[in-house]
Amino acid sequence: MKKMKLVMVGNGMAGVRALEELLKISPDLYEITVFGAEPHANYNRILLSPVLAGEMTIKEIMLNDVDWYEANGIKLHLNKKVVKIDRVKREVQAEDGTVEPYDRLLLATGSNPFILPVPGKDLPGVIAYRDIADTQAMIDAAAKYKHAVVIGGGLLGLEAANGLKLRGMDVTVVHIMPWLMERQLDRVAAGMLQKSLEDKGLKFALEKHTAELTAGPDGRVAAIKFKDGSELPADLVVMAVGIRPNTALAESAGIYVNRGIVVNDTMQTYDPKIYAVGECVAHRGIAYGLVAPLFEMAKVCANHLAHMGIGLYKGSVTSTKLKVTGVDLFSAGNFTGGPDTEEITLNDPVGGIYKKLVLQDNKIIGGVMYGDTADGSWYFQLLKDKQDVHEIRDHLMFGQNHLGNVGHQGQNKAAAMADTAEVCGCNGVCKGTIVKAIKEKGLFSLEDVRKHTKASSSCGSCTGLVEQLLASTVGGAYQPADTAAKPMCGCTDHTHEEVRAAIRANKLLTHEVTYKFLEWRTPNGCASCRPAINYYMLSTWPHEAVDDSQSRFINERAHANIQKDGTYSVVPRMWGGVTTAHELRKIADVVDKYKIPTVKVTGGQRIDLLGVKKEDLPGVWKDLDMPSGHAYGKSLRTVKTCVGSEWCRFGTQDSTRMGIELEHDLFGMWSPHKVKLAVSGCPRNCAEAGIKDVGVIGVDSGWEIYVAGNGGIKTEVAQFLVKVKTHEEVLEYSGAFLQLYREEARYLDRTIHWLSRVGLDYVKKHVVEDAENRKALYARLKFAVKDYADPWRERAEGKVAKQDFEMLSV
Amino acid sequence: MSATELASPAVTQMKKVCLLTEIPRLGARVVKTAAHGNIAVFRNAEDEVFALEDKCPHKGGPLSQGIVYGKRVACPLHNWNIELADGCALAPDQGCAKSFAVQVQDGTVYLDI
Repeated sequence: MKKMKLVMVGNGMAGVRALEELLKISPDLYEITVFGAEPHANYNRILLSPVLAGEMTIKEIMLNDVDWYEANGIKLHLNKKVVKIDRVKREVQAEDGTVEPYDRLLLATGSNPFILPVPGKDLPGVIAYRDIADTQAMIDAAAKYKHAVVIGGGLLGLEAANGLKLRGMDVTVVHIMPWLMERQLDRVAAGMLQKSLEDKGLKFALEKHTAELTAGPDGRVAAIKFKDGSELPADLVVMAVGIRPNTALAESAGIYVNRGIVVNDTMQTYDPKIYAVGECVAHRGIAYGLVAPLFEMAKVCANHLAHMGIGLYKGSVTSTKLKVTGVDLFSAGNFTGGPDTEEITLNDPVGGIYKKLVLQDNKIIGGVMYGDTADGSWYFQLLKDKQDVHEIRDHLMFGQNHLGNVGHQGQNKAAAMADTAEVCGCNGVCKGTIVKAIKEKGLFSLEDVRKHTKASSSCGSCTGLVEQLLASTVGGAYQPADTAAKPMCGCTDHTHEEVRAAIRANKLLTHEVTYKFLEWRTPNGCASCRPAINYYMLSTWPHEAVDDSQSRFINERAHANIQKDGTYSVVPRMWGGVTTAHELRKIADVVDKYKIPTVKVTGGQRIDLLGVKKEDLPGVWKDLDMPSGHAYGKSLRTVKTCVGSEWCRFGTQDSTRMGIELEHDLFGMWSPHKVKLAVSGCPRNCAEAGIKDVGVIGVDSGWEIYVAGNGGIKTEVAQFLVKVKTHEEVLEYSGAFLQLYREEARYLDRTIHWLSRVGLDYVKKHVVEDAENRKALYARLKFAVKDYADPWRERAEGKVAKQDFEMLSV
Repeated sequence: MSATELASPAVTQMKKVCLLTEIPRLGARVVKTAAHGNIAVFRNAEDEVFALEDKCPHKGGPLSQGIVYGKRVACPLHNWNIELADGCALAPDQGCAKSFAVQVQDGTVYLDI
């Protein structure tokens, strides 16, 4: 089949991102041609400020060099401005006469700086701040002249002023409004910002209307005059008063334009063969000037160009971060509020910290932060996910609880860390390495940083720090992903919730059917979605769905934990942490017989045999003749207990018996992630029930049940769910809670991750207040674990896949 | 190299490994060899077979124990994605596991070592 021709007009970040996305999902569909009016290939426009400030070079901010276009078979016309679209003949024409025909046209013409229509606007020395040429002109002027005036106290204007100041100029920022960055900041935050910029040596002229720019004897601009009669010397005038979508080309071709080129949710203009993305676009009446929404548009556009037809762009909420070294500022959403909104503020003028959150119906709709923006990404996430915050309202202002985080010396402010400080304790990645990678490789997302540096890619406890580094390096271009609408993985555009719903509604029982039904892009998924799908099918259709062992991680396939040298560890189950001389003797004999190098007592009150060869596993299990401890699974792990009233002089309840009963009740339960329980016999809580997924504490009058605790990466204290009287009630409430988690959490969510999304009230409503629902949940759990056969016994008896454990030889 | 693309040695000079059906689909078996250590022989959903040294270029993890998908395997230790055809890691990771020629004839898997 002959390839279709795709022509792109404009060679900026949004357009090229659309091409990258397209090449990723459908590399062979189009023959691609690109026109760029600038002489450069695609560069990272948002890093022009660091270039101006002398912190980076042009070379460092290139995103795609000419070789990239060649390697991907893209025909590139640089320095050629397209002047005509012939929609009847379906071809575009450039200024120099170059003509290219198209089947699909992508307009990514970006925006033009707005130039104040004042006398003198065309004088030499008056420039806008938009591209590499403008940046170079400023750098050159700074070497020769003294007085600079930046008109516009917005994001771009301040970054320009800061850069010029750093290059030695005397800089005044002229702003028409009473305070700086009025579109992003309220008056208080803007005042603090102005103060800190004044400390850096910048001057401000607020509420000044520019009347004219006047020339000196050499014909170059020399002064700026205001309507109030005052004036300032100016050898360089930078206009940074806003941008206008560049729609001239579209308009000349008769394409509907209103503020920007009007597009629908699939990024098509009124001519369906012509797409548009980026700053030139008006989508649902909004023209965006920040990078993050442009990337979202690019993705949807590529999806549609590739005939996938699933993605829709529904608009973006944006956040802003100023890229001026030493100034910490964050703003997002509606920060001014209105009649139906509430505000929470924290104001410490001496300490230089100001935070304001605007809430409506218990949801964050906007916020401003100055001085301490460590939690900006978290607030923004809550905002985007429209999460109900009423349960955490009393400590919302103090930010996400970082206290429990381990692995980076207790640091939770990336700005305060030295370049040599370790951010990611798992992979040993320092701050400097991350920042360098973000800049040089043009990274914009957490996923990108994980891939390229490995930081935050293992346990994830440093994710907050990495997000801060992204935010402070690329500014507003970093937008935390919309977790509510995040696709499962690269194989699909569906979210976890959508996939689950489809499995339930359509009774999908095998991988093959699921991938086909949900139009997976890959024939058999990937290492990330396959285990998730396997779990979703099993938990939704127990005893009916086909458990595909090849879709399980090796530990669950081998029923043992793989170790760094490829050997395995074996942890037999000891119900409630109780064992006998007979069991210990068997364990000792097995250790001797199979020459097992290490025997260790685990944190979950049992014994770990480490360094077992895979081929020895069935023999080890046979000789142990104890059930699997599932220490390797996304499943029930241990029920830790204290000795309780049977022996302890303080014990009020028989916690050991309770623990054993719980462990038997839940044996064979697969779950989104591992599940740990503990039962203590009195509030002294020796079993540490406060950091377990389900923690049960005996008191004289019954049992208290706590849920969603975690003692791992981030210490989370379990939250009180309910107090009950009998053992049976403990089983029913705990089981119902876990079943709700099994049915609703995303794969690899621990209970706390899921709970923090849905809220404790939600869980109480389903498990505590609604007795019928609780019983139904518990019954579904009991059905799921019914007749569960111990996997070790099955394999020791040779009933299952012997070949899994045998090596071949030649 | 997958069986169909292979233009190299006649099966007669290769070593017989096992029946194709003895390798689980989307899985692997480990072959012990004197000269090359452990070799992982993979079978994908299309019944193509691939052979790599059973050692991830990252930290030496046993690739045979990973999840096989498409024409790739994810290392079980740190989830590096390795191309089965040439043993090389997917960018931005770098490094390759040695690959061996392997083919299937009449349902039997042969390895060129």
